[in-house]
Amino acid sequence: MTDQNEPLLSVRNLRVSLPTEDGAAEILHGIDFDLNRNEILAVVGESGSGKSVTALTLMGLLPARVSGSVRFDGRELTGLTREEMRQLRGRGIAMIFQEPMTSLNPLLKVGYQLEEALRAHERMDRRTARARALDLMRKVRIPDPERRMDSYPHHFSGGMRQRVMIAMALAGRPKLLIADEPTTALDVTIQAEILELIRDLQRLEGMAVLFITHDMGVVAEIADRTMVMYHGRAVETGPTDEVFAAPKADYTRALLDAVPRLGEMAGHDGPQRFRGLAGTGTPVAPRSADLKKPQTVLDVRHLQKRFEIKGGIFGRVTGRVHAIEDVSFSLMSGETLALVGESGCGKSTTGRAISRLIEADGGSVMLDGFDALNVSGADLRRMRRSVQMIFQDPYASLNPRIRIGASLCEAYLVNRLGSPAEAQDKAAHLLTKVGLNPDVARRFPHEFSGGQRQRIAIARALMLDPRVIVADEAVSALDVSVKAQVSNLLMDLQEETGVGYLFISHDMAVVERIAHRVAVMYSGRIVEIGPRAAVFGTPSHPYTRRLLSAVPVPDPARRRAAHAPAPFETRSPIRPPGHVTPPLRYREVAPGHLVEETSMSEFART
Amino acid sequence: MRHALGLDRPFALQFGSWLWGVLHFDLGNSLFSNMPVATMIGQRLEPTLSLMAVTLVFSVLIAVPVGVWAAWRKGGGFDRVTTVIAVVSFSIPVFACGYAGAWLFALKLGWLPVQGYTPLSEGIVPWFRQLILPAASLGTAYVALIARITRASMLETLDQDYIRTARAKGLGDGRILFLHALKNASVPIITIIGIGVAMLIGGAVVTESVFVIPGLGRLTAESILRRDFPVIQGIVLFFSFSYVLVNLLIDLVYAFVDPRIRY
Repeated sequence: MTDQNEPLLSVRNLRVSLPTEDGAAEILHGIDFDLNRNEILAVVGESGSGKSVTALTLMGLLPARVSGSVRFDGRELTGLTREEMRQLRGRGIAMIFQEPMTSLNPLLKVGYQLEEALRAHERMDRRTARARALDLMRKVRIPDPERRMDSYPHHFSGGMRQRVMIAMALAGRPKLLIADEPTTALDVTIQAEILELIRDLQRLEGMAVLFITHDMGVVAEIADRTMVMYHGRAVETGPTDEVFAAPKADYTRALLDAVPRLGEMAGHDGPQRFRGLAGTGTPVAPRSADLKKPQTVLDVRHLQKRFEIKGGIFGRVTGRVHAIEDVSFSLMSGETLALVGESGCGKSTTGRAISRLIEADGGSVMLDGFDALNVSGADLRRMRRSVQMIFQDPYASLNPRIRIGASLCEAYLVNRLGSPAEAQDKAAHLLTKVGLNPDVARRFPHEFSGGQRQRIAIARALMLDPRVIVADEAVSALDVSVKAQVSNLLMDLQEETGVGYLFISHDMAVVERIAHRVAVMYSGRIVEIGPRAAVFGTPSHPYTRRLLSAVPVPDPARRRAAHAPAPFETRSPIRPPGHVTPPLRYREVAPGHLVEETSMSEFART
Repeated sequence: MRHALGLDRPFALQFGSWLWGVLHFDLGNSLFSNMPVATMIGQRLEPTLSLMAVTLVFSVLIAVPVGVWAAWRKGGGFDRVTTVIAVVSFSIPVFACGYAGAWLFALKLGWLPVQGYTPLSEGIVPWFRQLILPAASLGTAYVALIARITRASMLETLDQDYIRTARAKGLGDGRILFLHALKNASVPIITIIGIGVAMLIGGAVVTESVFVIPGLGRLTAESILRRDFPVIQGIVLFFSFSYVLVNLLIDLVYAFVDPRIRY
């Protein structure tokens, strides 16, 4: 019927306008691309480049005005009726999304949602549908599918939910799978598993895949060809190797330059700024003489945090989540200690316990001379001046109804550090320092981009001249180029003020750039801690090795021949009420480089 | 007299003996007829229960689809018209609605009986015919309330990622709206249905007086006029208890709707 040599999908001069309050705004300004059968095409770009709009337009899921031509499998899609488009969705073109946690209906059983997808396009009775749904769950390698069919989505982890989403997408045997940032919300090791699954299924099912991502590492890992988008235009399209080896467009070059690459810091001891936009990757060194004498500003000993799980009508404690099992480390002034690990390992809880946003259950924290876990009243307020936080989501962490200036000055004035005029002077000074015009103090948060807001958050944290800043995934939500800029800013400020950073992150490539020392957390414990060069260069704990090997490398030439590490269920942190944790045993493999030994056996099989 | 009513005893004792009686289902006797209050409530229960049940069922049956449709076609003609109607319905007092309805449908058109109550034992059709007007006037504001909450809750749900997933699967609109979206939107709707029962209890007093229905609402009004305190006490206690019971049931219904809720 259709010519097998003709591209499966052929997009010509696609223009898309979305309705806004001030009339229609054109988001895509005429893009062209082809997608061949059995091919993975990556669409890469930063936020606002129009990559998701492209995908949703192909699916007919946007209330948009579309012009141009979209030919799919020998058929023109623009101008199809609602009903024709509905029949095409799921059957011709299927889609998976970024947020596995929210993309499944929480009130329907997983098996039912799969059966429903099957029955939407083919007449079949429930028994056949159930059998086919089971097959699909096996195909996406969900363990114990018979039992899990009748579970609800909240019993599944993020990675498992994404598998369910993929199974659902396969239900209609689509010719084209659109994957919109399918691994962005997942941990690196889970990401590696899902990427491998998508690659395998693409081959097995003979599908074409349109893979949308902002992560050059993922692109290099998975795509045959790559299209780079910028501001609603396709600036470059070509085979992935060529795009990476010899980028033609300036934007592609800038994007590739800004990408942090794991391993490029080998041979350097200290942190270095990102190259690219800011020029050179200069090493970071403290400037003034007194900053060169580092002192311990934070000393954490055997920190513990448990969350109780209550059950039954009497609310008896049936178990405890050991969020922080036992954590000890110290931080010097002018130093960055990165706390890395996957979601649920306790890294954010640790940051919060130190700044007393949550109360720890045991251990001690000495912070700039304060016994941080036991101070109260006026001392607690003084202690809080020494430790400030920067959070991940710059959109949610600034009060939308308060002007920037007032947000900045609030803590300063509450602590009676000076007059309102002095507060404003300081705010203006800090805004300049983080690269913003001091006039922005009069504006509201919604008037700023994500990167600008994160700069504001940094300025806010600096208002009290803290000795320690806990940066909880502070650059994780930012686009590549902005991420590099904000990371450089953090390093500049450290050089100048000698502040110590507890840099909580899951992004190993950024950590490699920014950190002096690294602590790897797993299941509420630090399993390996040491100088960054040592931990990255000679990782000694199997979990560290696993974590590092799962990070996608933005270089198609180094695409892993071997595959993702064998699937591995992370240890549950829930313990029975009377549980006593066996003491941790650290071995010093090199000066300052410690490895925890009791946790090693858990990884023996991988 | 004071001694017969126990009014010469200390307050704590009075309350204690009343409470003791309540625990034994003894709400005391009417000052007016000397009948046990519990018996009086029992006799007047059927008309009120009938009125409330009919109002509740039909209000939900009308309001939920209206709210769903208004959310689906947000900003469209249907949405705007129902918004206006809802605002008006909220503002009309129950008795105005009742008298206007009785005048139009019973007196002018003669379609429905003007007032009174026919027990269920005399057949379901006459029972129902007699309840249409009272239920309509009692339910007007209730329908508006449920429809508005349904619309708001649906709007929020329709924005969720899993609705996008359902559309990407190629499901039809009906399935998306009434299975995927409505089920997720239902917790606030069920909550407001329960809270609205208080509105119905208050409205029943007025409606039963307007339509001369021999139910608990009318008994309330009569007892207040007669200063028949034991009866007033008994009815207030009964209504409060029913309200608490309804809302307890609703809390239990949540767990059926949402598997994440466990008690």
